Amino acid sequence: MNGIAPSRVTRWVIGILVGAFFAIPMLATLLYTFRDGDGFSPVHWAALFDPAKTSSYAPIWVGLGNSLVLAVVTVAIVLFLLTPTMILVHLRFPRLRPGFEFLVLLPISIPAIVLVVGLAPIYQQLGRMLGTGAWTLAFAYGITVLPFAYRAIQASIDAVDIRTLSEAARSLGAGWATIVLRVIAPNLRTGLLAASLISVAVVLGEFTIASLLGRQVFQTALVVVKNTDAYAAAVFTLLALAFAFVLLIVIGLAGRSRTRKAGS
Amino acid sequence: MTTSPIPVRALPRTSENSLLAEAGTGTRVEFRGIVKDYGATRVLHGLDLDVAPGEFVSLLGPSGCGKTTALRVLAGLEQASAGVVLLGDADVSAVPTNRRDIGMVFQSYSLFPHLRVVDNVAFGLLRRKVAKAEAARRSHDALALVGLDHLADRFPHQLSGGQQQRVALARALVTEPRVLLLDEPLSALDAKVRVQLRDEIRRIQLRLGITTVFVTHDQEEALAVSDRIAVMNAGRIEQIGTPEELYLLPATPEVAAFVGLSSLVPGIGEGASVRVWGQSLPVSGEAVSGEVDVFVRPENVRLVATDGTEATVQESTFLGSFRRTLVKTADGAMVRVQHPASERVEYDDRVRIAIDPEPVSVRPRR
Repeated sequence: MNGIAPSRVTRWVIGILVGAFFAIPMLATLLYTFRDGDGFSPVHWAALFDPAKTSSYAPIWVGLGNSLVLAVVTVAIVLFLLTPTMILVHLRFPRLRPGFEFLVLLPISIPAIVLVVGLAPIYQQLGRMLGTGAWTLAFAYGITVLPFAYRAIQASIDAVDIRTLSEAARSLGAGWATIVLRVIAPNLRTGLLAASLISVAVVLGEFTIASLLGRQVFQTALVVVKNTDAYAAAVFTLLALAFAFVLLIVIGLAGRSRTRKAGS
Repeated sequence: MTTSPIPVRALPRTSENSLLAEAGTGTRVEFRGIVKDYGATRVLHGLDLDVAPGEFVSLLGPSGCGKTTALRVLAGLEQASAGVVLLGDADVSAVPTNRRDIGMVFQSYSLFPHLRVVDNVAFGLLRRKVAKAEAARRSHDALALVGLDHLADRFPHQLSGGQQQRVALARALVTEPRVLLLDEPLSALDAKVRVQLRDEIRRIQLRLGITTVFVTHDQEEALAVSDRIAVMNAGRIEQIGTPEELYLLPATPEVAAFVGLSSLVPGIGEGASVRVWGQSLPVSGEAVSGEVDVFVRPENVRLVATDGTEATVQESTFLGSFRRTLVKTADGAMVRVQHPASERVEYDDRVRIAIDPEPVSVRPRR
């Protein structure tokens, strides 16, 4: 072991503290969902499948549906707007990269509440043009996911010499559409997958913008349901966390399989 | 002159090797007054160059001389600020790269990492709407040409650098391009592989008869494989000629300094000849007068027993069949002498040297 790395004991202590920081609230929530009077039972989980409760859980399903639509549109924005723009900047306008990077990382430093103040008048106009459907939130979410999606995709772009690959493809007779779809995109697969999954996780976890702009999504629906059934809200929260956790594992596995393939 | 794009060719072949069936074809390449500016910086100053059908021409020069830029202008990867590029009779200056019908091998490894070797080679054929089975057959032919057919199912990361460049060569050739462009394809390889692949490229080029433009900063590479070499310096072609012409009759001191090994010795210009240490030597370029620096090749300097100029040995290197010795003359000139390995000399030995009366290149004394 070198002198810089922390000792095994230190690492365990840090691991336990950090693990506890995340695990205790989740365990508490999990225990809470099993509380039944003075004892524990799975009654609140079973209630999810109770036909009598369908109407009270309706906002959740509507919100979840809206959130999934939002996730799809947001991912589409990332894949079909942000990614081609990044490729364009990398290949044709490299001098713009610092400014572009500053711009896309900016949203991470702007609180959602501030973003909403700016977005509210825009959404008034948007409502007249495109209606007030929840999917329109994707334009706002497209901004909030920019920093996360950008970092994931840029890491892949930096790892591959896409300039030479695209020039080679051009010399072989490929047009730009073919180059992007058949040469560049497959080599950015890990970054694109990570950006997409992170975008889905951000969309499913976002509350402030949806609430203040008056759209019903999964998170706002949880608050609505919590007013009538706090246990159900906790159950759905845990399910959402589990979903995000699975997404992260999928990202990790995808990245690892890619690394293993390249290293074999 | 026509401005229409060159139709890309993807003719089916029925011979044993589809590429060899086209042997002997080639397209004329012409640069006419090519100027390239990057902002206020001019990197190509009216480049003129003709490459005959089937000829192997190298653009040789130091880093930053504009040789790669010239190649990229020919490929369409850079737009010339002025001038025209002709492939055959067609002006392709405004034709995009993917419509120029070229094959190109790059300095850095450019195989598509996500595709198997055979799919990399077939890429260009599929873009030309060749049927998949036919593309696969021709890809295997091209791989056989570079001796890598047995690696067709590997991925690029499973190949060595030399193998990757061989596949890149097969990929560039499989579409039967009008011209093959090589942008320092050997510079990332180790010395032994570099020599092997260099010779292989030349052998394949001769078999296919394809017009080839090769960019390199390695004079040995250029001398070994080229029909003609264009020595570039500061965005201009200093001299175009066969390797022998460039080596034996360099037109400028820059060419003499860049092509082959030379020693600079003081001399007095006397028109068509120059006097060095009492000897008169013919001048290969323009007539000169007054004090000059003379470029002398090591193989034109001999160790002699009598006469000649006195010098002191500074170092002597055994190079197999010969020995190269650096000596210092009384006037301070450092001169390289190439002599038989049997003539062993040691540091600080006093020797005598004489220069063969071969044409030399000169420049005004600096």
